[in-house]
Amino acid sequence: MSEKKPSGKYTTVSIPRTLYTRIQKLIEGKGFKSVSDYVTYVLREVVAMHESEVQEEPFTKEDLEEIKKRLRALGYI
Amino acid sequence: MVSKPHGGRLVYRVLKDSRRERILDEISELPRVDIDRDTAVDLENIAYGIYSPLTGFMVREDFESVLDLMRLSNDLPWTMPITLDVSKEDAESFEEGDQIAIYSEGTPIATMVVEDIYEYDKKNYARMVFKTEDPNHPGVARVYNKRELLVGGPIELLNHLPNQYERYTLRPIETRVVFRERGWRTIVGFQTRNAPHIGHEYIQKTSLAFVDGLFINPVIGRKKPGDFRDEVILKAYETLIANYYPKKSVVLSIVRYEMKYAGPREAIHHAIMRKNFGCTHFIVGRDHAGVGNYYGPYEAQEIFNEFPDLGITPLFFREFFYCRRCGGIVHEKICPHDENVRLRFSGTMIRRHIMEGKAPPEEVIRPEVAETILSFEKPFVE
Repeated sequence: MSEKKPSGKYTTVSIPRTLYTRIQKLIEGKGFKSVSDYVTYVLREVVAMHESEVQEEPFTKEDLEEIKKRLRALGYI
Repeated sequence: MVSKPHGGRLVYRVLKDSRRERILDEISELPRVDIDRDTAVDLENIAYGIYSPLTGFMVREDFESVLDLMRLSNDLPWTMPITLDVSKEDAESFEEGDQIAIYSEGTPIATMVVEDIYEYDKKNYARMVFKTEDPNHPGVARVYNKRELLVGGPIELLNHLPNQYERYTLRPIETRVVFRERGWRTIVGFQTRNAPHIGHEYIQKTSLAFVDGLFINPVIGRKKPGDFRDEVILKAYETLIANYYPKKSVVLSIVRYEMKYAGPREAIHHAIMRKNFGCTHFIVGRDHAGVGNYYGPYEAQEIFNEFPDLGITPLFFREFFYCRRCGGIVHEKICPHDENVRLRFSGTMIRRHIMEGKAPPEEVIRPEVAETILSFEKPFVE
């Protein structure tokens, strides 16, 4: 899939008109300024959830042993 | 499982062994930039991953995105600019793509690859971050004192800043190991700049009731006259933990950090720092990171609504106090009684007692903690 890189602070994505109307009703009186606001909020929550499934640490086993040695000496573990 | 680092990967940019030695041998050949203590502390925090995912000082794209949207240019929540300021004269000695040497108090502490050199509007910086252009605000005053240009790019730490409290200093990789070794899955972080009174203890213990571990993380940095000295804060906490806390549920370690007093924005920053230490929860009290009357008492709690993707859960607390009618420590949500039966944990009152060489009332501060504080000849910064 190739998409043009968006420029500027905001860009447009399309959602079905029916979903738009549904969200419009849903957010009435809930503090969201617009449908875009709500969609941004929800997407960020979902994206963060997927991203949190990946984790790397920049340390070797040897580094870890050194760290544990210091922590033992200081009485933390 | 402890919290994932912000952005998914814990940053570690500390040079060791032969590479460090080689760079130190050649350091005098690099263009030199001297930085102040605040910036040096930020640099060290970047290197140890306390500011993950930052790998260096902000380039313009991130700086402007943080000011305008409270997010990095990759959309991650980030509310405080982390910048390196230089003078125009400094900037004449290097250009984008160059490696520079960064010095603090005459010692080379890091190198940086310059990715961006840019101008900025100090008033806009102040207004966006501190919600005021008032030079009497300590954070704004520091912005106005910065040099004319900002420089962004990745850093690598060569030398630590002198640390009087190394024994109490744990970096994120270390706290993560401690939390894992103790089998904690949920950890609440508590930031403090004070010796503990009973109000602090109740906030911490109320939080601890819902999680596996409590991470008490005093901020060591610049103090103003009348503040408790750092050593007093640490010893007071050690006494409190030894006498009143289940030791296996608490970790005490410091973080070196200079407060910016940006209220709500800084509360988010503090939460991100504790997320990087491995915390899953973070305590936000009344007027967190505030100063004077620049922010509303609970503005630093309200701002969290704007960050559904922060990745750390804030725990909001109102002010605790002792109620004579309830006969215990309560807060306004659970106590129906009048102000005249409430004893507030006033810093001024505690300070007055200590200055007179007397222990404050037991309803306010534990006697053992008071005794520890009083054992110091000069418990306050002069």
